[in-house]
Amino acid sequence: MTAVATDAVMDYDEAMAKFDPVMGLEVHVELHTATKMFCGCPTGFGAEPNSQVCPVCLGLPGALPVVNEKAVESAMRIGLALNCEIAEWCRFARKNYFYPDMPKNFQTSQYDEPIAYGGYLDVELEDGSIYRVEIERAHMEEDTGKSLHIGGATGRIHGADHSLVDYNRAGIPLIEIVTKPMVGAGERAPEVAKAYVSALRDLLRALDVSDVKMEQGSMRCDANVSLRPKVGDPLSSEQLAVPLGTRTETKNVNSLRSVERAVRYEISRHAAILDAGGSVLQETRHWHEDTGITTSGRVKSDAEDYRYFPEPDLVPVAPTREMVEALRATLPEPPGQRRKRLQSDWGYSDLEMRDVMNAGAVELIEETVAAGASAGAAKKWWLGEPSRRANAEGQDIVTYAAALGFTPAHVAELDALVTSGRLNDSMARQVLDGVLAGEGTPTAVADARGLELVKDDGALEAAVDKVIETNPDVAAKIRDGKVQAAGALIGQVMKEMKGQADAGKARELILAKLQ
Amino acid sequence: MSSLSREDVAHLAGLARIELSDAELDRMVGELSVILESVAKVQQAPTDGVAPMSHPMPLTNVTRPDVVRPSLGAEAALAGAPEAEMQRFSVPRILDED
Repeated sequence: MTAVATDAVMDYDEAMAKFDPVMGLEVHVELHTATKMFCGCPTGFGAEPNSQVCPVCLGLPGALPVVNEKAVESAMRIGLALNCEIAEWCRFARKNYFYPDMPKNFQTSQYDEPIAYGGYLDVELEDGSIYRVEIERAHMEEDTGKSLHIGGATGRIHGADHSLVDYNRAGIPLIEIVTKPMVGAGERAPEVAKAYVSALRDLLRALDVSDVKMEQGSMRCDANVSLRPKVGDPLSSEQLAVPLGTRTETKNVNSLRSVERAVRYEISRHAAILDAGGSVLQETRHWHEDTGITTSGRVKSDAEDYRYFPEPDLVPVAPTREMVEALRATLPEPPGQRRKRLQSDWGYSDLEMRDVMNAGAVELIEETVAAGASAGAAKKWWLGEPSRRANAEGQDIVTYAAALGFTPAHVAELDALVTSGRLNDSMARQVLDGVLAGEGTPTAVADARGLELVKDDGALEAAVDKVIETNPDVAAKIRDGKVQAAGALIGQVMKEMKGQADAGKARELILAKLQ
Repeated sequence: MSSLSREDVAHLAGLARIELSDAELDRMVGELSVILESVAKVQQAPTDGVAPMSHPMPLTNVTRPDVVRPSLGAEAALAGAPEAEMQRFSVPRILDED
């Protein structure tokens, strides 16, 4: 394929004045079970190509699949957390298509009998309002292999001479979560889409069923968008009565930011087509992260004919109600509720809580507080140097700290050294550097580096006297009540003490002598 | 529904990646229709009150624990591949369909 023509787009605000957007999101989540959906092959990311395959996931003749018990449990827990009904009886089905990413020439999925259906997820938007996303279904299936296209443009399918396939990913348990049409979001549709995927990611993380790493593909989103004429308020009965427009499905939108951008782009693109009197082609679109646009994935009339039929090699899944209730009892506190509780316990402002969430440091702070630190100190230390370094390394803080062996207990210990009066803030920062450099625990680092506030009040007092004497003008100002001038003296006292003094105590002494 | 149209057969051939000449298409319309009509006799069986069945064994919930078992290893896995490259299965250029 040659250069892609750029589609016309309408200004977003203009589009929103004329049209009402409706979305449908399909999210695929890879479960982090130890083994694949239908065989005992391991699922680890990044293994040597084709080293995690067996006759079942290679589709060799005569190989028989057996369902992974843990994967079914995870699917049911996801369904329950999404307030779904759990099927009393359901089957797997073969989705038939020829494509080398599935060596069997079909994908084992579920068709009209999903394990979970009819739920909802309440999503909190930035202004604190709640949008309820209705869940159509969540079903079990298996992931496909990964293709590498050789020849032609780099890695693109078009113009490739041949393709190389690695089946390590083929057969990894996948849960597909499908929403009902999301109506009534109006101009906030892109924000709602992003907030939903974000809330779903938090929920799946809390359930501990998936790594939910969008950048590694363990969570992937397809966004369906359609427009209909705007006739009133997004939630008005007149507006809701307008039939849905033709939708497009934008595939593999693989970051939260891209979800928002892709929905926004498709709205603007549809609007331009419809406004010019054209009609939207029902098709698959590809999202381009770099240019921020979608391009046609070509329509093929045959493509949707998957000829599903019940998988004859697997027996039905029929969870007893006791099983369902036992799993329901294992559900974690919903992430939104947990966030509110922690924010209130910790006394953080909304902004502070958002910073902590964005830094991915909620669990670290929770453990640090449990280890005895104050919530304020825990936030200060985690969001400081460790976060900055993790960012610089392109890692999340949890992974970064774990790799260094830097733990919440270390932070709590550091905080204790400050609150007990052994270290001042700048000494504590030096100790932190030492701990991050692998020199040992905070106490060990402080000992090794000889860091300790001078407890000898006589030395401090002598330094204060000396500084007052050499700065008579500043001292005069403080005597006249300009207390803020004390800062200049404190700095000099600290210098006299080579940093080994308690700045608070120095301040007290200065003020006591001059007032 | 006993007889197939020429379009049906062409569609199925496309799905199955089988190239049929016009003459073959004509012949298959007839032959496949005979097969369908024969199989359709099953529909005459009295099935009132009989639940649909997709598996001959009256079993449910056959599962295995989530415990890793040895994989084949890449060498063995690729041994039967007509072509391999970079420890991957080499397949012909994928049709322009994506």
